[in-house]
Amino acid sequence: MSLTLQNVSRVVDGETWIDNVNLTLEPGSFNVLLGRTLSGKTTLMRLMAGLDRPNTGKILMNGVDVTGMAVRERNISMVYQQFINYPNLSVYENIASPLRLAKIAKNEIDKRVRETAEMLRIDPFLDRLPLQLSGGQQQRTAMARALVKDSQIILFDEPLVNLDYKLREELRQELRALFKARNCIAVYATTEPNEALALGGNTAVMHEGKLLQMGPTAEVYHQPKDIITAEMFSEPPINVVPGRVSENEVTFDETVHFQLNSDLRQLTPGQYQFGVRASHIGLVPHSDDDLELPVKVDLAEISGSETFLHVHNPHFDLVLHLSGVHEYQVDQDIKVYFPTHKLYAFDSQGKMVHSPARMRD
Amino acid sequence: MQTKVENNKAWFLVLPVFIIVAFSAIIPLMTVVNYSVQDIFDQNTSYFVGVEWFKQVMLDSRLHDALIRQFIFSFTILLIEIPLGIGVALMMPTKGRSASLCLILVALPLLIPWNVVGTIWQIFGREDIGLFGAFMSFIGVDYNYASNPIDAWSTVVLMDVWHWTPLVALLCYSGLRAIPEMYYQAARIDRASRWAVFRYIQLPKLTSVLIIGVLLRFMDSFMIYTEPFVLTGGGPGSSTTFLSQALVQQAIGQFDLGPAAAFSLVYFLIILLVCWVFYTTIMNNQKDK
Repeated sequence: MSLTLQNVSRVVDGETWIDNVNLTLEPGSFNVLLGRTLSGKTTLMRLMAGLDRPNTGKILMNGVDVTGMAVRERNISMVYQQFINYPNLSVYENIASPLRLAKIAKNEIDKRVRETAEMLRIDPFLDRLPLQLSGGQQQRTAMARALVKDSQIILFDEPLVNLDYKLREELRQELRALFKARNCIAVYATTEPNEALALGGNTAVMHEGKLLQMGPTAEVYHQPKDIITAEMFSEPPINVVPGRVSENEVTFDETVHFQLNSDLRQLTPGQYQFGVRASHIGLVPHSDDDLELPVKVDLAEISGSETFLHVHNPHFDLVLHLSGVHEYQVDQDIKVYFPTHKLYAFDSQGKMVHSPARMRD
Repeated sequence: MQTKVENNKAWFLVLPVFIIVAFSAIIPLMTVVNYSVQDIFDQNTSYFVGVEWFKQVMLDSRLHDALIRQFIFSFTILLIEIPLGIGVALMMPTKGRSASLCLILVALPLLIPWNVVGTIWQIFGREDIGLFGAFMSFIGVDYNYASNPIDAWSTVVLMDVWHWTPLVALLCYSGLRAIPEMYYQAARIDRASRWAVFRYIQLPKLTSVLIIGVLLRFMDSFMIYTEPFVLTGGGPGSSTTFLSQALVQQAIGQFDLGPAAAFSLVYFLIILLVCWVFYTTIMNNQKDK
């Protein structure tokens, strides 16, 4: 069973929340909706669920138009950022509730509830009330409710945001494994590029109500269609430096320039925006053609065992993503190494015209 | 072994609260306790009578009647106001101009003082000049709150329902607004019926405001005085004489300060006891779940 959105738009109070989205989700696929807050992820999910109707466009399930069909008639499940369970029903009854409403035989309900609970490792807590559980267990209960009824589409709206880091990783791994065996369409909204990468499957990058690019996650990551997609799908956002390509060199400004390498030789001379991932700039050279740049430190932002180093030279700012904890003084002079063969080039419209050849390492 | 170090400074910090509570509750209450165990003739002549007044009060059949009437009244209005309040809250619009308009309209009766409510209904229910009374006689119902105890009763109940259902409705309304939209969405996705949404989402989420609502309405209705006093003065006969009015008749009408004080204490303890029983039962129920 596949889900297709055709030219779907939704306008609320004169504001366009979803702008002409086209996409097709195949059965058995795991799809990540990636975008910042207010990019339209939740709105798109509500449209897929049938909670809202699009103002224009069609929604097809298996080729059948279901645009006007109410959510009650569609076979879907949804898991939210908040832990939504019936407060005065036990965990068992919570999981059983969609089955009871579907009028399924008692022993079948019992079997499926126990199976699902076991799968999500909440079987020891079946008699408890949701509020007597930890956050992670409450969300597992909500997930069990969504998974128990064999929906054709399961929507996850940032389900792990309210959980702590460790629990999030653990649940994310399990979730991915749970869907391997299923033939339903899973849609998972997140604001974090790293979460999209960890989940794999397909990724659809959204920005301001538009679907920028959709495809296998690794492909979208390595071959972003344009500059916004590249910025949305990288954390910290990809560094963008304007530059000019001439006959035989690339010039960022009068003092910083380097010879065109074989990679970039195909670019026609002119103005470009060059993108370089924060993790590709290093403190030591990685290859002979790395460009040495003297810069001043703005801020060393330490996050876990990683450091985001913000630096600038007289013409542009850069962010470096370093592993390990590095401490620097503000305005300290350091040298960074700019990988000339790992550059993305975008034209004046922001379209990607060059991506680095994939490294073998 | 660890020894506890006592820090007596803490007493200073508790002192302000102690003083406030003393003046607001303990001292007035103790004055009443003092009266309740004495027979007072004038400023200089008083005798200690022990629990004599309490005995007398407990055996007084007028007070028994008033107490029974009082319980019937409080339970009647709770049975009407709580479901009605929930119903009104469920029907109120949630967004936009109509929501604020509705809130104001619903809250309006709450702004009217008790004695005015009594006067309003006293006039409203009169056959000659009152709309309600005239309407009743027009449809052929023999309605006269001044002579018929049932009419007087239903008028007092109606008054209270009109005056205080909005409080329950507003409490429930705020409780309902506190339920995240996601719950309703999840229920729609589950294909839950309207009744199931009410029974398994709205009602459980309203429990805490309803406890407050029931307690407030019980205590308040148990102390009802002004409305029946203004309407019929507790009549016809003594059919709408509730506890507080019986107390006032005794204390001021007959100036029996001793029995009246004993009665006040019993009255106070009844309210305290009922509320305590109600509260602990509900709380235990919640814990069991």
